[in-house]
Amino acid sequence: MENRSVVIDVDHVTVRFNLANQKIDNLKEYFIKLVKKELMFQEFLALKDVTFQVKAGEAWGIVGANGSGKSTLLKAISGILKPYQGDITVNGNVAPLIELGAGFDSNMTARENIFLNGCVLGHTEKYMREHFDEIVEFAELWDFLDSPIKNYSSGMRARLGFAIATMVKPDILIVDEILSVGDYKFRQKCEKRMNIMLGGGTTLIYVSHSLDEVRRLCDHVIWLNKGIVRMIGETEAVCDSYLKNMSSK
Amino acid sequence: MAPWKYRFMMFWKYKDLMAQLVSRDIKLKYRRSFLGYLWSILNPLLVMVVMAIVFSTMFRRNIENFPVYLFTGQVIFNFMNTSTHQAIFSITGNSALLKKTYVPKYIFTVSKITSSLVDFIFSLGALLIVMIATKAKFTPYILFIPFVALQLYVFCVGLGMFLAQANVFFRDIQYIYNAVTTAWMYLTPIFYPIDLLPNDVMWIVKHLNPMYFYVGQFRDLVYYGRMPGPVIILAGCTTAVIAVIIGVKSFLKTQNNFILYI
Repeated sequence: MENRSVVIDVDHVTVRFNLANQKIDNLKEYFIKLVKKELMFQEFLALKDVTFQVKAGEAWGIVGANGSGKSTLLKAISGILKPYQGDITVNGNVAPLIELGAGFDSNMTARENIFLNGCVLGHTEKYMREHFDEIVEFAELWDFLDSPIKNYSSGMRARLGFAIATMVKPDILIVDEILSVGDYKFRQKCEKRMNIMLGGGTTLIYVSHSLDEVRRLCDHVIWLNKGIVRMIGETEAVCDSYLKNMSSK
Repeated sequence: MAPWKYRFMMFWKYKDLMAQLVSRDIKLKYRRSFLGYLWSILNPLLVMVVMAIVFSTMFRRNIENFPVYLFTGQVIFNFMNTSTHQAIFSITGNSALLKKTYVPKYIFTVSKITSSLVDFIFSLGALLIVMIATKAKFTPYILFIPFVALQLYVFCVGLGMFLAQANVFFRDIQYIYNAVTTAWMYLTPIFYPIDLLPNDVMWIVKHLNPMYFYVGQFRDLVYYGRMPGPVIILAGCTTAVIAVIIGVKSFLKTQNNFILYI
């Protein structure tokens, strides 16, 4: 099993944001600032020179304090953000669970949203029709299928979002602290499903503040601090020193 | 040519998303209204009736069957107007989605233009009603309508993509464009005959106003019942191609920075 293929190759990646004093998004301000020579470009590096490789079937956790670049890293891997420097190569299809139900249209019914959201994730309509029952079954939402999503609770939305995103067997599953809204039973169900997927060869990238969950699910951990990789390696070692560092502050 | 091949594959992969977005726009538009889709025909018809009453008292003297003259200009201009106005917000309005998942961004812009195209087709139904009601003559030339619609669609996709990407960086575009389309409407012979314009303005409209190319062709086919001249067809096609090249180029150039501004 040693020579498994590399599915995510993050190579010296730097992500830059423009942190200008105010956001200039209209022409008038733009020209005023241009004339006054105040058009500053204050850069902010959300990730600095991050390098790691994930092999197929591994489960990686990402830990770190708020604002340390965890979500930015996930967005870069899923292709939403383009890195400023460096390269990210991803082999295989990615299911990003960055915010569940981000693609839901609140005026449409759950039934319509399942198709819309599935297509956002790159599936065909036919494929969604075939897996429709499976999704509703998992989300346990038979009774509410034809009511608009705006009447749903956040937990129900999360359930539906998770069910849609994990119905396929993606090669890479990216999870960003999304399960915190679901009730206990559903979290168990999600974790079980993720474990099954892991067993089936899916690669997992998992962001969580709960070290318990990270320890349970992941075999490698990256510890980010202010955009820099502080430590990288086996779960136990990284989690222990992260915990030590956090409590010593 | 490899990146283009890749882009085409991506487009193919997401074609169902496009269909979903278009059907969403159409479904939501008339949800909970009693007459539903019928409004797609009724709405332009009612606006048309008002305009016909207002303007026929002003321009009656030199236009025969004024309602059809007006309507042929109106449907074409309306399609451009509504589709591009919606396309402006296609990126900024979907920011929640674009921040959270990877989707080819132009899908949103193109889907807005496409759902306006569906509305356009509905309003052709209204045009048909007006033509029957006014006993206008039908000629086989109306079979060429899809050809004009295609040119206009390509033109709107180009213009819409340009506006959508510009609006991400400068939100003023949406307000400026309002004024632009108002001026544009008055410079297009929709409710007046073109020869009413002073000579120099007429030259400008005939040569530099893309909407004139499309309104002119459409009116030739439907209102006059004749084949449009080769010059206007060529002008229409060329403008559409130029617009789509500018739109796509500007969009591709800036799309990676959208995320920082939405």
